[in-house]
Amino acid sequence: MQQIAIVAYQQTDCVSWAGATNEVELIMPVLRRVFDQVGLANAQDVDFVCSGSCDYLQGAAFAFVAGVDALGAVPPIKESHVEMDAAWALYESMLKIRMGHAKSALVYGFGKSSPGELPIVLSQQLDPYYLAPQWVDTISLAAMQARLMLDQGLITERDMAEVVARSRSNALNNPHAQLSGDISVDELLAQETYVSPLRKSDCPPVSDGASAVIICTVEQAVEWGVPYAIISGIDHRIESHNLAMRDLTDSVSTRQAAQVAGMADGHVDVAELYAPFSHQEIILTRALGLGEDTQVNPSGGVLAGNLMMASGLSRIGEVFNRITSGEARRGIAHATSGPCLQHNLVTVVESA
Amino acid sequence: MSEEREMITGIEAPIYLQYTFTAGSAPARFLSQVKKGVLTGQRCPGCHNVYCPPRGSCAACGLPTEEEVVLSDKATVQSFTIVAIPIPNNPIEPPYIIANLVPDGSNISFIHLMSECVNEEVHIGQRVQALWKPEEEWDYAMDNIRYFKPIDEPDVPVDRIGTMPVTGWED
Repeated sequence: MQQIAIVAYQQTDCVSWAGATNEVELIMPVLRRVFDQVGLANAQDVDFVCSGSCDYLQGAAFAFVAGVDALGAVPPIKESHVEMDAAWALYESMLKIRMGHAKSALVYGFGKSSPGELPIVLSQQLDPYYLAPQWVDTISLAAMQARLMLDQGLITERDMAEVVARSRSNALNNPHAQLSGDISVDELLAQETYVSPLRKSDCPPVSDGASAVIICTVEQAVEWGVPYAIISGIDHRIESHNLAMRDLTDSVSTRQAAQVAGMADGHVDVAELYAPFSHQEIILTRALGLGEDTQVNPSGGVLAGNLMMASGLSRIGEVFNRITSGEARRGIAHATSGPCLQHNLVTVVESA
Repeated sequence: MSEEREMITGIEAPIYLQYTFTAGSAPARFLSQVKKGVLTGQRCPGCHNVYCPPRGSCAACGLPTEEEVVLSDKATVQSFTIVAIPIPNNPIEPPYIIANLVPDGSNISFIHLMSECVNEEVHIGQRVQALWKPEEEWDYAMDNIRYFKPIDEPDVPVDRIGTMPVTGWED
């Protein structure tokens, strides 16, 4: 199997409101930085480009097409888009490279969630006949999931607050984080509930921003002469859209994806998990069987800043950063999509 | 056999979503000038093309376009079509002309209406000028210009369309 290298990762700050910027203005600075990391002029210097975004977020039809204006697409380039988190754009790009159709790819994701009411907007991704017309929002669905776990004795509210406290404190070392700080579990538990049993701190912030990654063949990485990490496995699995048919206290699809991606073939030093809600980090950690010797979400995770359509890609980028800096030798990155962790992707990243 | 059921071929599920939409930094600067009756563009630092209206980037080079350029409200017809069918909710009576116009000082065209012209005589290279609404009606909108109308100036040869300086033929 063709080995794929990650050679660059950049992310904007997660901000609660990116002001008047349009999608091009949001994307361009982060693309400039990711090109500069490898020494490339623009998208003409890679063989393939794939992006992830969702026009519902900012309420602008064909916003993803406007994003192409940031690339330098004259003469025409090979370009594709997924209406998903850009982690899946990376997946598509890997297939492109493995099929021999490209040696390198730029992958980027962007989300401007501030213009709309995000939890309500996301209700429209539910099944269109029964759930979407009821406008069931993402926070309420996550709250029902947390309620199941609490009532079955699988977690306590203190466990959830511990996830938040660790996220806030880890995020102190993440310059792009939106929420960080030293806050104790007791202080968190003293806050009132928001959508019971969730407190506001159990939910991700609404964030605007973008991230970008460049991947390529190992030969190309060596030719460019930049530090790189290897993607040794990647897989994604999806569960039924019918929430009643799923065991919401577990994440079977994450576990299956990790098995196929080969997570168990070595030690996992670091795991970046896309857990938008505190109890979901516990579900994922258990589904993956991660122990004390795995550092979970050293960046603070998405509780510290949740770039819809980009944070899944950023999880891969965060693991890449820790491997190229020497902090870790092997890690996994997880991305999710859909309500209550419906669709999950696991990437295994190793030092070269 | 069970009773025959009516086939359901559709359900009503209207979507209401509210957004605080922003045009973007570059379009906001452009619209602020349009409110004052001035057309502006932005120049690419790479290929030096001037875009109107600007989006904040050169779509060809992928570079931020920060240099702002004041344009003329005289323009050249780059292409056009005669619309003969009524468009729902469009108050303009057909037949009317939609044209790709390059304002002097810009290299890239925008689309606007043409009027006060003989439709059959409209042609590529024709010189036109904006007819603005009364100043008290100006807003952050392109329809501050009602339409463009022909002016008595020589045609621009096809290979020069998109290269006229802001001073037009007077250069």
